[in-house]
Amino acid sequence: MKTVSVDSVSYQLKGSNWWARATAACLLALGSGALFSTSAVADEPQHGGTLNVILDPEPPMLILGINQQAPTQLVAGKMYESLLRYDFELEPMPSLASEWEISDDGLTYTFHLQEGVTWHDGEPFTSHDVVFTATEFLPETHPRASSNFRRLESVTAPDDHTVVFQLDEAYPAFILAFEVASFPIMPAHIYEGTDFTDNEMNDHPIGTGPFKFERWSRGDYVQLTAYEDYWQDGKPYLDQIYFRLIPDAASRALALETQQVDISSFNNIEPFDVPRLEQLPHLEVITEGYEIAAPLSWIEINHRVEPLDDPRFRQAMMYALDREFIRDNIFMGLGRVPTGPINTVTIEYTDEVHIYEHDPDRAMELMDEMGLEPDGNGVRAEVELLPLPYGETFIRLAEYTREALGQVGIRVRMRSTDSAGWAQRVADWEYELTNNFVYQYGHPALGVSRTYICDNIRQGVLFSNTMGYCNEEVDDLFARAAVENDPDERAALYAKVQQILVEELPVIWLLEMEFPTIVNTRVRNATTTAIGVADTFADTWIEQ
Amino acid sequence: MAKIGLFLARRLVKAAIILFFIVLINFALIRAAPGDPASVMAGEAGASDERYVELLRQRFGLDEPLHTQMFIYVTSVFQGDLGYSYRQGRNVSALILERLPATLLLTVTAFVFALAMGVLLGTLAAMKVGRWADTAITTLALISYATPLFWLGLMLILLFSVQLGWLPSFGFESVGAGFTGIDRMLDVAAHMVLPVLTLGLFYMAVYTRLTRSSILEIHDMDFVKTARSKGVTEGKVMVFHVLRNAILPVITFAGFQAGHLIGGSILVETVFAWPGIGRLAFNALLQRDYQVLLGVFVVTSILVLLFNIITDLLYTIVDPRIEVE
Repeated sequence: MKTVSVDSVSYQLKGSNWWARATAACLLALGSGALFSTSAVADEPQHGGTLNVILDPEPPMLILGINQQAPTQLVAGKMYESLLRYDFELEPMPSLASEWEISDDGLTYTFHLQEGVTWHDGEPFTSHDVVFTATEFLPETHPRASSNFRRLESVTAPDDHTVVFQLDEAYPAFILAFEVASFPIMPAHIYEGTDFTDNEMNDHPIGTGPFKFERWSRGDYVQLTAYEDYWQDGKPYLDQIYFRLIPDAASRALALETQQVDISSFNNIEPFDVPRLEQLPHLEVITEGYEIAAPLSWIEINHRVEPLDDPRFRQAMMYALDREFIRDNIFMGLGRVPTGPINTVTIEYTDEVHIYEHDPDRAMELMDEMGLEPDGNGVRAEVELLPLPYGETFIRLAEYTREALGQVGIRVRMRSTDSAGWAQRVADWEYELTNNFVYQYGHPALGVSRTYICDNIRQGVLFSNTMGYCNEEVDDLFARAAVENDPDERAALYAKVQQILVEELPVIWLLEMEFPTIVNTRVRNATTTAIGVADTFADTWIEQ
Repeated sequence: MAKIGLFLARRLVKAAIILFFIVLINFALIRAAPGDPASVMAGEAGASDERYVELLRQRFGLDEPLHTQMFIYVTSVFQGDLGYSYRQGRNVSALILERLPATLLLTVTAFVFALAMGVLLGTLAAMKVGRWADTAITTLALISYATPLFWLGLMLILLFSVQLGWLPSFGFESVGAGFTGIDRMLDVAAHMVLPVLTLGLFYMAVYTRLTRSSILEIHDMDFVKTARSKGVTEGKVMVFHVLRNAILPVITFAGFQAGHLIGGSILVETVFAWPGIGRLAFNALLQRDYQVLLGVFVVTSILVLLFNIITDLLYTIVDPRIEVE
């Protein structure tokens, strides 16, 4: 399904429905006035109303500069803003920066800030806040800051409404590092000179966004209300937003069904519940809005364990798995079968790689080649799988994996943990196979290379190269591509590295996951950018 | 009276010693689980680097040797300080106190409901033993006893919220409705119906069966026959002679259930999104928020110990033949 935005109006299109496409094209051409006068009235944004959004799990805090979990982003994304936002194609859009320039050599990024912006406590927002956030706050609190800002030489503020980021080498991915969870602007007047994580205002977030903090009743809900002095005149449209904490997945689905809540996001709803909810007339399912996250799910493989260190064995596992089946029957059609390490919805993807079809015979051939003959029980090798403890869907995935690998003679032992145990085992390399999904942050230099480069083999650190895969050519290609300012050269380097990785299969890519955002049809513009419902909701309105 | 005073003093000293060992064992058990809060937070952030994780560990006080952490914790607990949750940035006692009222409201209501209905139904069944009323009550009790809580909860939601639309399916109250006074009480009561039923039906079944079998046992004893032959009415016989004797096993079990008033409702709180202490504990477990989890354990243990003492005292009131030592 695709969503096309016309003057802040969303039309749902089924991919195959030419008539709807043609209608939308007409609307694009004519504006929304003449053709459908009745819908035009209803499509004018209306002020007022209360939005109820599912929040799960409960975030530990709401200060986006300190905590960037998905639930934190969902709430705090309404209160904090960054310099830029991104559309579904990851093109930058204005936010707190109204205009920006990048010098031809790719070294200087100049941002011109919106005027008349105030913090929720009334203090003016200036370039000083941006400099403070980039140079003092985030380096101390943000787990991705050190890699995002590694090439940053200086950040300066020539005047109150201009900020200049100077890099020491070209780094084209840098323009994507200004998404609100990567670079939330924090108020210098509150945090400067204090212990950021122990500031007394940490239970009362102060941002520049369209909604301000009202109250957080722990275990129950978080309430935000419209900020009356928001810098975009006439916005937000909503009076208030309640984020409702509903810890049980089945209860969440029921709450959407009974219209007690309007919006669910990420993995709030288990995929097997989605087809049923999609049938209901008052709900629609949107899969856009996760382009920055661009989650890629894979089987992570510990290369320190035999026979997992042999590329032929990893290829055999890839051939043994029917990834179309996984997509259609475990994730209920949500997602795309990946061809390689880079998600198709992000930047620098190529499809010119070897394609692995489902081919169990080829899997057994490869193992024959390796000398792994079946024993009396038909078992060629035995491996241990640590299922991802993130809900029912991943249990099903693990069970399918055990069956599929079992059919080519790989016996899979399962070992279950909870999320804390899983994190520790994977980070400390105490696993053989596990499922994982990792966000790509819109660009391979921000979210892909970290998984595969030798430099990032660091015991005890989650989401590093926990497999122990190391190929110096891959390192070299990623390093050169990250600082290559010429688009064609860069594309060639990334294509090459994708081909090598697909050949060697450091991990087995299963699915480019699509999260379903399920929205009550009375809510308009719930998803307008590449971070989906984590965005500000400044444009979101409710049909009264 | 002096006897009771002595009894209380001895039991309280014993309780303090037991509590000390509970705290020690809990501390050791929790730390035996793999993973720590810092690695959990890194996992949730979707990215991490060494310095970040190290900083978290330092802040959480996890860089101290384990026995030092244990010593610090145990001494502070016995000074009445339950510690600080670095994950949530708040005092543990504040977190627990904030969640306690919601849980108590739910569990005490369910407790009273279960006890009253259970004794009533059990008595009715015993009086009509072998007849259809007895069969109906016994069947109801059996079904309530055998049905898993979470399933029952979901079925109640499906029936009363989704199909009939009579009752809200989750939450403590209608947020944003701005109810006050009596309206707010009614609103909260409406939200309570399903979770109280879900939580209470199991114990109601237990009390029903206990009361029924216990009454049947006593029903034909000599002293009951004597009372009847003296001309005491059947109702008075039941209340003053039979029930008073039959109630002892029910009290034993009620004391046991009362000990679980806190923390015994994790499942129901999860299914109905009830903002109580059971969920606080469960989340703390998943997130390895050690201080919070230990804090909940301490509070729960104290309550269990307390209710044991109260139960023993109640025995002596109901049955004067039982004396405190």
